[in-house]
Amino acid sequence: MSDPIIVTRSLARDYRVGTQVVHALLGLDVAIERGDFVAIMGPSGSGKSTSMHLLGCLDTPSSGTYLLDGEDVSGLDRDALSSLRNRKIGFVFQSFNLLPRATAQRNVELPLIYGRVPRAERRRRAAEALAAVGLADRAHHLPTQLSGGQMQRVAIARALVNDPVLILADEPTGALDTRTGTEIMELFQRLNRSGITVILVTHEAEVARFARRVLHFRDGALVTDQLNVAPARAEAGAE
Amino acid sequence: MTLLDSLLSALDSLRANMLRTALTTLGIVIGVAAVIAMVAIGVGAERRMQDLIRGLGANVMVVINGTSIGGGARRGAGTRPALTMNDAVALERQVPSIQVAAGAVGGTGQVIYGNTNWFTRIEGVSNGYLESRDWSLASGRGFSGAEERSAGKVAVIGQTVAEKLFEGGDPVGRTVRIMRVPFTVIGTLHAKGQTPWGRDLDDVIFLPLTTAKKRVLGGRAVRGDYLDSITVKARSAELVEQTEEEVTEVLRQRHRIRPDNPDDFIVRNIAQIVEARAESQRTMAFLLASVAGVSLLVGGIGIMNIMLVSVTERTREIGLRMAVGAARRDIMVQFVIEAVALSLIGGLIGIALGAGGTLLAAEVAGWQMVVAPSAIALAVGFSGAVGVFFGWYPALKASRLDPIEALRHE
Ligand SMILES: Nc1ncnc2c1ncn2[C@@H]1O[C@H](COP(=O)(O)OP(=O)(O)OP(=O)(O)O)[C@@H](O)[C@H]1O
Ligand SMILES: [Mg+2]
Repeated sequence: MSDPIIVTRSLARDYRVGTQVVHALLGLDVAIERGDFVAIMGPSGSGKSTSMHLLGCLDTPSSGTYLLDGEDVSGLDRDALSSLRNRKIGFVFQSFNLLPRATAQRNVELPLIYGRVPRAERRRRAAEALAAVGLADRAHHLPTQLSGGQMQRVAIARALVNDPVLILADEPTGALDTRTGTEIMELFQRLNRSGITVILVTHEAEVARFARRVLHFRDGALVTDQLNVAPARAEAGAE
Repeated sequence: MTLLDSLLSALDSLRANMLRTALTTLGIVIGVAAVIAMVAIGVGAERRMQDLIRGLGANVMVVINGTSIGGGARRGAGTRPALTMNDAVALERQVPSIQVAAGAVGGTGQVIYGNTNWFTRIEGVSNGYLESRDWSLASGRGFSGAEERSAGKVAVIGQTVAEKLFEGGDPVGRTVRIMRVPFTVIGTLHAKGQTPWGRDLDDVIFLPLTTAKKRVLGGRAVRGDYLDSITVKARSAELVEQTEEEVTEVLRQRHRIRPDNPDDFIVRNIAQIVEARAESQRTMAFLLASVAGVSLLVGGIGIMNIMLVSVTERTREIGLRMAVGAARRDIMVQFVIEAVALSLIGGLIGIALGAGGTLLAAEVAGWQMVVAPSAIALAVGFSGAVGVFFGWYPALKASRLDPIEALRHE
């Protein structure tokens, strides 16, 4: 395997709070293969979210370089990063972050709107994405009319509607019960099998065992990097 | 993000806060209604002015007797007779830019035909008066020089008088009694309509000047050779000012007024007369303009306030939109459009209110007011501009949010 989708070199992020400087990420050197399934673990404050923001092009590093899909993105400006995220990355958040007044369908369409996809195609692709997460029959429901697991599925449909090469999920099961969490992991595994690289942050070893590779962070540094020779297969029915 | 998408999402969020939307637009509603009313009054006044000038002639001026300063008390204009027919003749002869100068004396009186009678204005006018007013005959003829000289008992009557006394019959050749003196009607005039302040210009009878003085309007201001007014028509509208100066000069000379003494006559051109009448409307329009200005400002600040609240409330939404690919400009456009939609909703309600109010006021107060399409365009433009102006800063603020912080926002 040598087709990395992500390569970072001494990627660091400092936060300045008043006169104090917080070194949230100390210099990350990591390569992640295309199609891999990676879990990031570590205690609170160890820099997991910080590195996800950098990998997700939501933030720019204080120093170091970041090659995403072969392209050096460390120096891009905000709008260029927006466009890059729109084309290559799907995000899934712990708190779902759905627009409360928009139906599932319209929530899923959102990335396509910013991708300037024509209306009819947008509809079609959003419907397909909803079907892929098993929510074809909930397309016209509002988030308040959905369960937590369903909301997270809508969010995943939104993340994959743009055919991203990379899906980043920061504690996607954090707000869900174990059973629903496993269902969500099953979904991620399925997406991963279709070729999308998945990186997720989790506190739970339960969740991390579904990944093929587990990175442990501590105090802003990557401390262990394990390969899961035989990742568990998430099967909601088998619980 | 297309404009349509932005608009739909803007309407969505406005609908979600109906009451807030309604309250926020109130300032704009009032402001725009005031703009509509203001323009309606302004356009109405302008139109009246034009009607009047068209009716009376733009190159016409009227000289009336000036204010007398007797016993320390100034009395109203026209009280001291100073103007004579000789003045009129002299003006016409000495001032080349004058096309015609005609004398007139006026009063009111009873006119009787058969057993119908009518109270009307009676004007004694020298030949040339109707010409000076661009007033043409509808039937019959005007006064001849001989009738003028011999104080002939002939009359030319206005449309209203013709209708009231003859009820559709042909007045020419009939005999009417004016103040008990029999007169033969020799002509009728085309209708001129009303002055903007409601006087019926056609409710009038014209007699030769000499006749009116000798037989009808005896006594009062018409003693001797004196006139109530001289109507002067300049050869063109551009010559009016110059003519006015020359008229003043000639009359001062003829009345032997010393340089440091005031005129004993007053020259008014039509524009000045209309000006005076338009003044009250202009005051009203100014008041409305102030109301409009203040309301639009307050309304605009209200919109800015609500938009700032909205940006804060929707910080996470903004963060999410950025995360999935919104450029700064997309966010900017979205919030500006929302502000504009807000102010345009207010604008449309304001237009409806302003137009309704204007038509009502026109009905009740009898003012001539016109809701012009241009006023509606202006109102739409104004409210849109308010939306853009006051929505800009909140939108800019939204577009500058940091996506990560926005996503973390509680
Ligand atoms: N905006 C910020 N300003 C200042 N310091 C920050 C900021 N964001 C993160 N940090 C600091 O950076 C460090 C890493 O934070 P990060 O959010 O990456 O931790 P984490 O591993 O995701 O923790 P958790 O498991 O609690 O989510 C922390 O010490 C945190 O206080
Ligand atoms: Mg975190």
